[in-house]
Amino acid sequence: MDIRFEKVNYVYQPNTPFEQRALYDIDLDIKQGSYTALVGHTGSGKSTLLQHLNALLKPTEGQVIIGDRKITPTTDNKNLKPVRKKVGIVFQFPEAQLFEETVAKDIAFGPKNFGVKEEAALILAKENLQMVGLDESYLERSPFELSGGQMRRVAIAGVLAMEPEVLVLDEPTAGLDPMGRKEMMEMFLRLHREKKITIVLVTHLMDDVTNFADYVYVLEKGQVVKHGTPQNVFDDVEWLKEKQLGVPQASAFAEKMQSRGAKFTELPLTENELADWIVKHAGGPATNE
Amino acid sequence: MQEVLRLMNKLIFGRYIPGDSLIHRLDPRAKLLASFYFIGIIFLANNWQSYLFLAAFTMVAVLASKINLSFFLKGIRPLIWLIIFTVALQMLFTRGGTLYWSWGVFSLSSYGIQNGLFIFCRFVLIIFMSTLLTLTTPPLSMSDAIESLLNPLKRFHFPVHEIALMLSIALRFVPTLMDETEKIMNAQRARGVDFNDGSLVQKVKAIVPLLIPLFVSSFNRAEDLATAMEARGYRGGEGRSKYRKLQWMNRDTIVLLIFVIVTIVLFFLRS
Repeated sequence: MDIRFEKVNYVYQPNTPFEQRALYDIDLDIKQGSYTALVGHTGSGKSTLLQHLNALLKPTEGQVIIGDRKITPTTDNKNLKPVRKKVGIVFQFPEAQLFEETVAKDIAFGPKNFGVKEEAALILAKENLQMVGLDESYLERSPFELSGGQMRRVAIAGVLAMEPEVLVLDEPTAGLDPMGRKEMMEMFLRLHREKKITIVLVTHLMDDVTNFADYVYVLEKGQVVKHGTPQNVFDDVEWLKEKQLGVPQASAFAEKMQSRGAKFTELPLTENELADWIVKHAGGPATNE
Repeated sequence: MQEVLRLMNKLIFGRYIPGDSLIHRLDPRAKLLASFYFIGIIFLANNWQSYLFLAAFTMVAVLASKINLSFFLKGIRPLIWLIIFTVALQMLFTRGGTLYWSWGVFSLSSYGIQNGLFIFCRFVLIIFMSTLLTLTTPPLSMSDAIESLLNPLKRFHFPVHEIALMLSIALRFVPTLMDETEKIMNAQRARGVDFNDGSLVQKVKAIVPLLIPLFVSSFNRAEDLATAMEARGYRGGEGRSKYRKLQWMNRDTIVLLIFVIVTIVLFFLRS
């Protein structure tokens, strides 16, 4: 399922003294099966944009095309459930959305809202809990007695259980320890590869972008200022610094090497690329080809 | 500017509008006293002259605040049905004077119409004055003012400091909780909850996934805040000094004097 933005504008509280524009003429294309990253500063409009992806917000101008549904400023708020089922959003700090007595019930809550029968929903709960790395013993526990990281997993399982075609992740690893982060990001990559889920990742971590994404949109002050493959967007380190976006660690390191005389045809974006280059130039065989 | 706007967006509590007018600079205690006092003396008015006088006085105060009139009109909007209901009740059930129309217990008389219009004036003037108070006073100054005004009650073992502390913490967390509510609401909507659709029972049920996380996060927040306060040496109200000091100036005394004069004029105007 593709998601397409056509000249989307969004204004908060229009026609009041508190009017505030958040998005300006956004054109965006999220292809089926892609892994798209959205980067930008706090306040650049990322969160506003991502709420358009499943029609939590409707554009003030322009249109958002989600699969076969067209969301325009005049779209009725009713019958948006099918859209929301297809596009699952994991919000920032999703552990705040847990409320049921048991983990199982909480995970089953989403599917049940979309018409899945009780028993089937509980089976989904079990499957998805395993998917996020927790075993069955957690099913009957209260979500409020879990640790922060475990709560996060349960919340994510709750979104996955809706079996969305598109998964939107708003800084899914914020506040997790390095191990948890790695596991989580690898799980999303696995879902993307094995289940062909389209992923939209909002992040501040450029390393995650270069490691996982195949397309990047850079937002600034409510506008898309640059988009393309990570190679295209990250080839200009100066530009990234100027925009105060991070530079991937591998690129930053390679740049330092360059200033000491190393010659790169293209700055490496990931640790693997950098390692390959070093191995090649030290005379050994490339490992990750 | 955008940041300020975003913040103001979320402040529903009276929605303070920063400014630098005479009214903005007044001591919040003076404003609070004056507003309550005004609500008291508004009941002195009982004829056209007195209402006109009070209306003119209110208008001068509103103009002095240099705030767009549309904000004040918005303050009336949520109460409009209450106003219409009360006014209609007065009009239909008061008898006396010339009778224009009657049907069963309902009647429309000159007294009724007059009474209805007076009550309308009362409502509008009270709303204008209280809106003026909240629009020109930051919530925190307001809680400072309340603490300062309640201070005499300490003698009767009234926990003034505790009340003021709770008030200022509550005010501080109104926007934060609003934010949180919106976030959780969006998260649950994304999980298929419909907050606006369905029967009354369904709507009430839809609130559970919103309320429980809100309560839980408030408990967590309270625990964190209490720990942080203790870690910074908070041991209760005894022996604390104040960072924000209220200063009573001459102009505050003058404002209260003006209200006394208004009262005296009202006594002459009323019939």
